[in-house]
Amino acid sequence: MLSCKEVTRLVSQGLDRRLGFGERLRLRLHLAICDGCANFRRQMLFLRKAMARLADFESPEDS
Amino acid sequence: MDDFRAQVESQRPYLLRYASLQIRDRHSAEDVVQEALLAALAGEAGFAGRSNLRTWLTGILKHKIVDAIRRSSRDAAVAADGDEFEALFDERGHWVDAPAAWADPDASLGQKQFFAALEDCLARLPAKTAQAFTLREHLGLDTGEICKELGVTATHCWVLLYRARMALRECLATNWFRK
Repeated sequence: MLSCKEVTRLVSQGLDRRLGFGERLRLRLHLAICDGCANFRRQMLFLRKAMARLADFESPEDS
Repeated sequence: MDDFRAQVESQRPYLLRYASLQIRDRHSAEDVVQEALLAALAGEAGFAGRSNLRTWLTGILKHKIVDAIRRSSRDAAVAADGDEFEALFDERGHWVDAPAAWADPDASLGQKQFFAALEDCLARLPAKTAQAFTLREHLGLDTGEICKELGVTATHCWVLLYRARMALRECLATNWFRK
């Protein structure tokens, strides 16, 4: 069983490389039973979405 | 012609703010903006027919930022671990204080203040960590390209990105979502 600490590293790496089959399986098993890590994963996906939109931060009246 | 020059010049404050997000040193950020503006003036023909000057200029600026980061990071060293987040976990690797769900995070994406908070959090990251993260998440480079830009191994690259995400999550939880 992966620890939460290991899960945070794998979730992060999963955003940067394709995880192996075993990694994905262990990750899924952990996320299914651990609310803290499931929240962490959702927050990582949100962070990605937010960063993609960072360029829109300027308000129209500045243009 | 001079009208075009004036329009381009009027975007300088915006472009400087944009560049400052990714290049910490004020003078370097100003240099990059200057390079981008000169390139824009030289390439006016490339703008013909496009509707949004700011978008076009930002595109040029992004390339100049990548070039500048590539130049400046050749000699900068990077520490290899990611263990500054050790304190978040107990000795078995379980959360000491498990992340709570953020209330309606997507609503934040419509708020200017949220992006100001995100910028503040980004500004607190160590320079190289912030660069790796913005190259990956904002400029959309893949890890292989980032390693090359920053002159680090793939493993270092993952550590930098891990650090950035962990630190930003903590920062946003505290300063925006107020866990």
